[in-house]
Amino acid sequence: MLLDRNGPASDSWTHSDGAAIGNIPLALVPWEALPEALANRVPGQQIGVVVPGSLAIAEIEALLPELALIAIGFPAYSDGRGFSLARRLRRAGFTGRLRASGPLIVDQFAYALFCGFDEIALPASSAGRQPAEQWQRALSHVGARYQRGYGDGGNILDQRRAKRLAQAAG
Amino acid sequence: MYRYDEFDERFVRERVEQFSDQVARRLDGSLTEDEFKPLRLKNGVYLQLHAYMLRIAIPYGTLSSRQLRQLALIGERYDRGYGHFTTRTNLQFNWPKLRDVPEILGLLADVEMHCIQTSGNCIRNVTADHFAGIARDEIEDPRPTAELIRQWSSQHPEFSYLPRKFKIAVTGAEQDRAVIKAHDIGLRIRRHPDTHETCYEVSVGGGLGRTPMIGKVVRDYLPKADLLAYLEAIMRVYNLEGRRDNKYKARVKILVHETGLEEFTRRVEAEFAELDGPSINADPAEVSRIAAYFAPPTYRALPERSTALETARAGNPDFDRWVEVNTTAHKQPGYAAITISLKPVGEAPGDATSEQMRLVADLAEEFSFSEIRVTHAQNLVLPHVKLSDLFAIWRRLGEAGLSSANIGLITDIIACPGLDYCALATARSIPIAQAIARRFAEDTRQKEIGELNIKISGCINACGHHHVGHIGILGLEKRGIESYQITLGGDATQDAAIGEILVPGLAAEEVPDAIERIVAVYLEQRQAGESFIENVRRLGLAPFKAAFLELDRAA
Ligand code: HEM
Ligand code: SF4
Repeated sequence: MLLDRNGPASDSWTHSDGAAIGNIPLALVPWEALPEALANRVPGQQIGVVVPGSLAIAEIEALLPELALIAIGFPAYSDGRGFSLARRLRRAGFTGRLRASGPLIVDQFAYALFCGFDEIALPASSAGRQPAEQWQRALSHVGARYQRGYGDGGNILDQRRAKRLAQAAG
Repeated sequence: MYRYDEFDERFVRERVEQFSDQVARRLDGSLTEDEFKPLRLKNGVYLQLHAYMLRIAIPYGTLSSRQLRQLALIGERYDRGYGHFTTRTNLQFNWPKLRDVPEILGLLADVEMHCIQTSGNCIRNVTADHFAGIARDEIEDPRPTAELIRQWSSQHPEFSYLPRKFKIAVTGAEQDRAVIKAHDIGLRIRRHPDTHETCYEVSVGGGLGRTPMIGKVVRDYLPKADLLAYLEAIMRVYNLEGRRDNKYKARVKILVHETGLEEFTRRVEAEFAELDGPSINADPAEVSRIAAYFAPPTYRALPERSTALETARAGNPDFDRWVEVNTTAHKQPGYAAITISLKPVGEAPGDATSEQMRLVADLAEEFSFSEIRVTHAQNLVLPHVKLSDLFAIWRRLGEAGLSSANIGLITDIIACPGLDYCALATARSIPIAQAIARRFAEDTRQKEIGELNIKISGCINACGHHHVGHIGILGLEKRGIESYQITLGGDATQDAAIGEILVPGLAAEEVPDAIERIVAVYLEQRQAGESFIENVRRLGLAPFKAAFLELDRAA
């Protein structure tokens, strides 16, 4: 199941086990196959890559402009490396889609969005137990947060500042 | 004290709703027990030997009278009329029911409290010097820093699924009363020698547990304004690189150890250099907003000494002794801080009944600007008391069994819950503490021995801080029998040290005798004015070991 902030979404990407991507319009390849897949790319074709949470940013940085999607693998919900890797990818200027791929839980949805992910790809085993409306409801439990720089607007420190400025002005 | 604004209030209410929803999803099977576990842990709910346990955060150990009364009420209504103050200045209830937890969280939110992140692989409740704002050796009050970190670390989107738990402590004084060197991050406020600005010395990689380590300095002088960005850099390096293959090697101390301090520091500094500080750090107005809550209360102008106090002391040796042992000099003339011992001989260290909590809340309201502190040594503090009020307070504490004059002495023992409550325990710790306290109960004897910290853990996880006890006692299990290992020379202060093993395995009944033996060596060998720990540092373990060998030969 694929989810984005608006609910269930359809996955238009085609997984490929290796670099043989033919002319699939949106081809998602494993990290190991990326250099070859990029070399095989045909005009108009978009490439996405699946990377592990342990990937060092330096290894992928130069390739970011070539990529339309990066799917970061979460081997388990408890392995939070993907959140930090997502932050580093955004900081390095990646503007394509960021996907969290793995058995995340509903309660991590908001965190993932704040860290720069656009969507979550869940394996069937977790999707079966955690229907889409639970994911939406979980988002509604997470309002403003204390950290600055995570997600758009909505952080408490900036809201306090805005209130201070408004009071000073009025 | 800090007070919630509308944002803090909403944030905590949202957590209560969120947890109610999580409990519902667990009960209807949407969440597996495995998936529910980190969620309940992040709300302080443990599954223990007999029941669920609820751990309530007391950020940097500061409580108001109103909050302490609410804890007393919760203890009565949902538990068995008592609670247990921990070495991380939290309060634990040992018998609540899971279905009551959302309601308890609601009652806590009513008094601006929560259980957020008192457990789990996240940044835990932040602790600080319990004499913050009072101590004469203070350079700057650590509480505004601790509060800023409390907020910043709450529900951190990036750092809530760390390799392992993460503990931060802050001190602003010369003497370290917050054990910062045994924390994942320890912050010490100090002045820069050239600019005279207050800065942070940042240590990383301290921790106890099965591989005890003392924190190492990664930054000598961090400008205060850069705090949150620097913490973010440390946390990101740890989150990405900390080991996840073995939970016993997952703390940041192991990463620092395996990477080497120099390389670890380089990685943190490299990450920090990439960050845009001004978009991450709290702006100065926010820092001052928080700091304003910790402005000193409105003290009366009083003389340095109180004749009323001196008369009362002269007329009552027990009171005199209590004042000598349980009070601490205050910045403000005519005031003192009182430490209320939760270690009456024969009781479980750190336990307080609901009635006792109410009494302390009342005393704080009458005599100490409604403020109470919890210490990592599991005692309570009334931080701002007039010298002339000490006698009245002592009398009322005495009626509730709270006037033990033993702070810092041999019966002021830190002990974890051990086998009496804890599912992980390999041995009992509370009964050992009780037996030692009974053996050394006599006041003159305690006085003669002087400052001596005994710390007891019921298993290798070291919740009782045994590694940094002057005498540490670790309860293990050998072939189905409890067996106690004794360490010597640990130190929890600015001279932090891990104790060395003196005796590997004693039966429970032998422990008080062993402590006697150690104390006897000290009393025999000490030089004038030398404390126990100074004596151990000077002599090393040899004479203490020799005393045990003689014992074996005699047997
Ligand atoms: C009864 C339930 C408890 C459980 C299941 C529990 C569990 C643990 C575990 C597993 C560790 C080792 C973590 C590690 O090394 O990574 C630990 C450490 C610790 N716990 Fe507990 N604990 C409990 C109660 C307490 C209590 C009551 C206190 C305070 C008296 C406490 C304070 C600490 C401290 C200070 C540490 C050492 C911190 C460090 O390693 O740096 N815990 N606990
Ligand atoms: S040291 Fe061990 S026995 Fe004691 S509370 Fe911690 S986990 Fe339990």
